[in-house]
Amino acid sequence: MSGHSSYTPKSGLGKWIDARMPLPRLMYDSFVAYPVPRNLNYAYAFGGILSIMLVAQILTGVVLAMHYAADTGLAFNSVEKIMRDVNSGWLLRYMHANGASFFFIAVYIHIFRGLYYGSYKAPRELLWILGVLIYFLMMATGFMGYVLPWGQMSFWGATVITGFFTAIPLVGEWIQTFLLGGFAVDNPTLNRFFSLHYLLPFMIAGVVVLHVWALHVTGQTNPTGIEVKSKTDTLAFTPYATMKDAFAMVVFIAVLAYFIFYIPNYLGHPDNYTIANPLKTPAHIVPEWYYLPFYAILRAITFSIGPIDSKLGGVIAMFGSILILFVVPWLDTSKVRSAVYRPWYKLFFWLFVIDAIFLGWLGSRPAEGTYVAMAQVATAYYFAFFIIIMPILGLIETPKRLPNSITEAVLEKNKGGASVQPAGSAASPETKG
Amino acid sequence: MKTILKGLTALGLGLTLFSNMSFAQEAHVTAEPTHFPMIKPAELDWSFAGPFGTYDKGQLQRGLKVYTEVCAACHSMGLVAFRDLEGLGYSEAQVKAFAANYEVEDGPNADGEMFTRTAVPSDYFPSPFPNEEAAAAANNGAAPPDFSLIAKARSVERGFPTFVFDIFTQYAEGGPDYIHALLTGYDQEPPAGMEVPEGTYYNPYFIAGKSLSMAAPISEGQVTYDDGSPETVDQYAKDVSAFLMWAAEPKLEARKATGFRVMIFLLLFGSLVYLTKRKVWSSVEH
Repeated sequence: MSGHSSYTPKSGLGKWIDARMPLPRLMYDSFVAYPVPRNLNYAYAFGGILSIMLVAQILTGVVLAMHYAADTGLAFNSVEKIMRDVNSGWLLRYMHANGASFFFIAVYIHIFRGLYYGSYKAPRELLWILGVLIYFLMMATGFMGYVLPWGQMSFWGATVITGFFTAIPLVGEWIQTFLLGGFAVDNPTLNRFFSLHYLLPFMIAGVVVLHVWALHVTGQTNPTGIEVKSKTDTLAFTPYATMKDAFAMVVFIAVLAYFIFYIPNYLGHPDNYTIANPLKTPAHIVPEWYYLPFYAILRAITFSIGPIDSKLGGVIAMFGSILILFVVPWLDTSKVRSAVYRPWYKLFFWLFVIDAIFLGWLGSRPAEGTYVAMAQVATAYYFAFFIIIMPILGLIETPKRLPNSITEAVLEKNKGGASVQPAGSAASPETKG
Repeated sequence: MKTILKGLTALGLGLTLFSNMSFAQEAHVTAEPTHFPMIKPAELDWSFAGPFGTYDKGQLQRGLKVYTEVCAACHSMGLVAFRDLEGLGYSEAQVKAFAANYEVEDGPNADGEMFTRTAVPSDYFPSPFPNEEAAAAANNGAAPPDFSLIAKARSVERGFPTFVFDIFTQYAEGGPDYIHALLTGYDQEPPAGMEVPEGTYYNPYFIAGKSLSMAAPISEGQVTYDDGSPETVDQYAKDVSAFLMWAAEPKLEARKATGFRVMIFLLLFGSLVYLTKRKVWSSVEH
């Protein structure tokens, strides 16, 4: 959608800047005149929500870092100092901790939206891959951030998760030692995790720029999955998308505020209010809630396959469950983008959502008895959705009739009472008045 | 959007049915329990629960009395300073007088010697033991945990679907409920056939086993209240649980009060944004 720029600087200063470094032009073309499909629903607001969440996390994080001490002897108490003695420290910390959870809630909705509307399909493969990369970096950032308060779950979570690397044949032990800076989670681990936890969000911001760039080249998808064909299909980003996104952001922030102010520890684990003790293992070690589906997949592999023992198999399955997202654009063989016109895909998609949530719940259960069997079934469906259903369904499914254009779809939906769009009206508001 | 909502509703229903099937067998006390606690704590009414919750200062002061006269013999509370006690409604002078009851180690002085002096409000509650090893040695090998954060560090798992409802009821009192249940749970007899290890005490509310190293710590009439509150174990347990919640979350009142203003603001601001959005979109079919 990087069409012709409609930016005309009005003031002398504006012209002067535009001739030298047209940043205002870039901003105008990207966030004001930028055409967006007119039929976007609220599921498309999460990109904007995620960008403000990233900014909020960086801002609260930078201030928290001013009061935090990355030392095993000081870390836990420095966090409590923030909670008790730093002005509004409790607010900053609860914003940061709950903000991380809500960052993940938003990214999961964003990813599921992409899967539902086929947003990853050509020509948006790179856009999707950059998004998966951001998600991957988020997981690393979130994991290391959880270690910093140096509570029991911080310590034991780090011990378990870095332990995954020992499953890699030959070099596994070496990699783990390299990551930890020693043979066990200790002061060097905490220091490097703090350093990386500070670094990664800025790397995320960098990839976000690429993600938005790619988005602005291909343009957004929309619930019909039909590409924009004419001017009547789109609206200007401002004020249309801006106002809609703004409303969605306020609602999202209101839910986040509810958690921050009324149930700030709901998403945390009580054990993390006990200082890390390497000699005392908690009864159940569980990661943060947003990793639980992958944790369930890891523990579902309780059997060996040929030379791959169950431990390595679990690690492969866990990493595979994320890495498989990278190739989704090539796994889906359907010519139709949106699930709206794919009745069978829609069914399997919702089953996949239920499966992912179910896996999350199983991840919080101990790996014993029927839970293991259930996790194996759920893991099987998780992979089958990508490896079997996506490629085969695209070949055999008969999609519903597609409208010819976004405009037609919108008018069809609003049939009765609605008149046909008068030419040159709000559909191209940037030329109006 | 409608599709998404429908999907979520179906999902919710499905999960609820599922949970009813698999969790019908609620925990009951057996001779060889495998899951702890054997009995889940009762949910009490706390003054600090809910969106407008505030601490009952009288209760906190009674709780402090219970802590200092009973619990403090074994349990430290190292993150709480005497100056924080102003949050219990005490004046600066009262806090100063309270701190003066304690001796703390300071130093080194100009001669390089450590010395003890009377505590001042900026000091923290001193630990009853010089170090954790000493604490463990004096207590049958199990060091009594620090109490600064105990009300947030202990909470019995709620299970599905209760944990979903907790979002809407704002249930965040798992800690005090647990502490109260534990303190009042010592009068129960172990079921026939259960072996309680020597040196430990049976308590079906204990989160990590059938018995714990701490004996029943408090008995009726042990602490004298001067405000006429009943001097029962139940009342002591409630008061000290509330006090420990305060110790763990001293900024709770500020948090909830700020939260109310934030929510009102977001409601008004959100309404305005929504009306603007509607006005902007009113001329466009979408």
